Amino acid sequence: MIGSHYPILQVVIPLMAAPLCSLLPRTKLPWLFATTVSWIAFVISIMLMLKVNTNGALIYELGSWPAPWGIQYHIDAISAFVLVVVTTVASITLLASRQLVENEITATKHSLFYTAFLLCLTGLLGIIATGDAFNVFVFLEISSLSSYAMIAMGDNRKALTASYEYLIMGTIGATFILIGIGLLYMQTGTLNMLDLQVRIHEIDGFRSVHAAFAFFTVGICLKLALFPLHQWLPNAYAYAPSVVSIFLAATATKVALYLLYRVFYTIFGFDFSFDVLNLGYILLPLSVIAIVISSFTAIFQPGVKRLLAYSSLAQIGYMTLGIALGTQAGLIASIIHLFNHAFIKGALFMCMACLLTYTHSTRLVDLAGAGKTMPWTCAAFVVGGLALIGMPLTSGFISKWYLILAILEKDWWWLAAIVLFTSLLSVIYVWRVVEQLYFRRPRPECSYAKEAPPLLLACTWLMILITVYFGIDSSYPIQMATSAAEVLLR
Amino acid sequence: MSVRKNPILRETSHLLIPAILLFALYVQFHGDYGPGGGFQAGVIFASGIILYALLHGTKRAEKVISLNLAKTFAAIGLLLYAGIGVFGILLGGNYLDYNVLTQNPVHGQHWGILIIELGVGITVAAVIISIFYAFAKFKK
Repeated sequence: MIGSHYPILQVVIPLMAAPLCSLLPRTKLPWLFATTVSWIAFVISIMLMLKVNTNGALIYELGSWPAPWGIQYHIDAISAFVLVVVTTVASITLLASRQLVENEITATKHSLFYTAFLLCLTGLLGIIATGDAFNVFVFLEISSLSSYAMIAMGDNRKALTASYEYLIMGTIGATFILIGIGLLYMQTGTLNMLDLQVRIHEIDGFRSVHAAFAFFTVGICLKLALFPLHQWLPNAYAYAPSVVSIFLAATATKVALYLLYRVFYTIFGFDFSFDVLNLGYILLPLSVIAIVISSFTAIFQPGVKRLLAYSSLAQIGYMTLGIALGTQAGLIASIIHLFNHAFIKGALFMCMACLLTYTHSTRLVDLAGAGKTMPWTCAAFVVGGLALIGMPLTSGFISKWYLILAILEKDWWWLAAIVLFTSLLSVIYVWRVVEQLYFRRPRPECSYAKEAPPLLLACTWLMILITVYFGIDSSYPIQMATSAAEVLLR
Repeated sequence: MSVRKNPILRETSHLLIPAILLFALYVQFHGDYGPGGGFQAGVIFASGIILYALLHGTKRAEKVISLNLAKTFAAIGLLLYAGIGVFGILLGGNYLDYNVLTQNPVHGQHWGILIIELGVGITVAAVIISIFYAFAKFKK
């Protein structure tokens, strides 16, 4: 009986946990509570995925109102897949977060921090679970507002300006998405995504539908931080508390990408997006520029968190490149990279969090010689870095392999060359960190540094093992991405 | 600032504040028959408290509603909203299904929206009061 309510429980349990968490006293309790809730959400997402794999898409009507009138939650292969990614990252991050939150955030704000975290999780899960366009906007605002608050909690004063920049850009993005929803609602009279899909084809050719498409694309690309709308991201990731960097880097842009799939494939449909409006012509150059410029910029960053943030921008470029190819293989490559990169970047930011516990700085020069004092953390960084580059036996290789196969399917050798070349650029920026970690003399004040707290280290290695596991046995993400692509292209 | 020395402010506020709070409750519970609802009622209620705080200072206003109490109520309002939805699940309906709240679906819908708007009202009032305190008590 309870099984039929999983789609809503996925969102409502963290939603109800958030206000309860704000009432908890200043002890370990908020951490324990938030972690338990996130693991419950993880179990629910696994159950949802199993149900979707056996029975096909799930539909849940809020308030028992039938579809075009009421809000409908719609879980199909792609949403179940992304739900699993987000809840897994959230559970591991929260489990690891206790020491980090104690180090970086004022004691009086601990319960509020976990409240904001749970709200952000609620928002992200809501965006994925819902099948209603306006509901997407509401959850987008929930996740964005809570992430602005969390970023502003960073102990560097620049966290405030970073959060403010993100707030301005994020609000513009959300407003554009809302305008897009409004235009579609004006033309079709419906907000339900599946219903929109049917009705848009009936009124094909209206200028306002084209405008809606443009507003959606620009708004979501702002949230996604696709070049040239990426300016807010490096600062936001660099100055946020490390828990927030881990969580947002691994999930927030991925959920925006999911939204992009939904808009391009589910609402407007493949034919409209790629044949009528030629989305590939604009998305392809932007993705390539994002990959090349961000990879070059990453090489010259003095701080490792910023370096990883720029690398994230490049990786987002790979994901949109997959979409821009306009083929099923490209879409599958994009979805696989969404999955793999979530764990790779989560693991790398977690390594940074480990290093931060003793060096108290993520400037590259301050990490000198940490390989001697913190061997496990640095080894984790090396494996994560190899995955980022795309070495065989790590999940990064699987992503690159599928992306290059999809490119070669179109016979675009020059593009495959660019992808390989930018992988070499990632070798350079990963090497810069590795060189500091292993081949430099440690600073005298850091020679007493010891290994990161055991729980944090264990979670870091859990993330790393996930990346390695899916690099060796990649059948799960490939199978899920294939069925997801089939659902989207139907 | 001492409002005691200013009889006009003191007397007008004594006259206005109860009326504002009462009007908030009217907007809250009359929301399903006329214009109004939880959000508006919450803002009006909070404006009554804020007027009191402006005239008598935040210290005395915090004796009426402290910052912690406001934060607690903000959480309670949201829990009331989400809780009534979960209550629908427990009674055998879907989330936020009010039909199952009472025997008669029409009454169920009526009760459901009334309680949900109450939740909205409580949260909005509490959040606006705590935002006001956050700014009023801000020190560099």
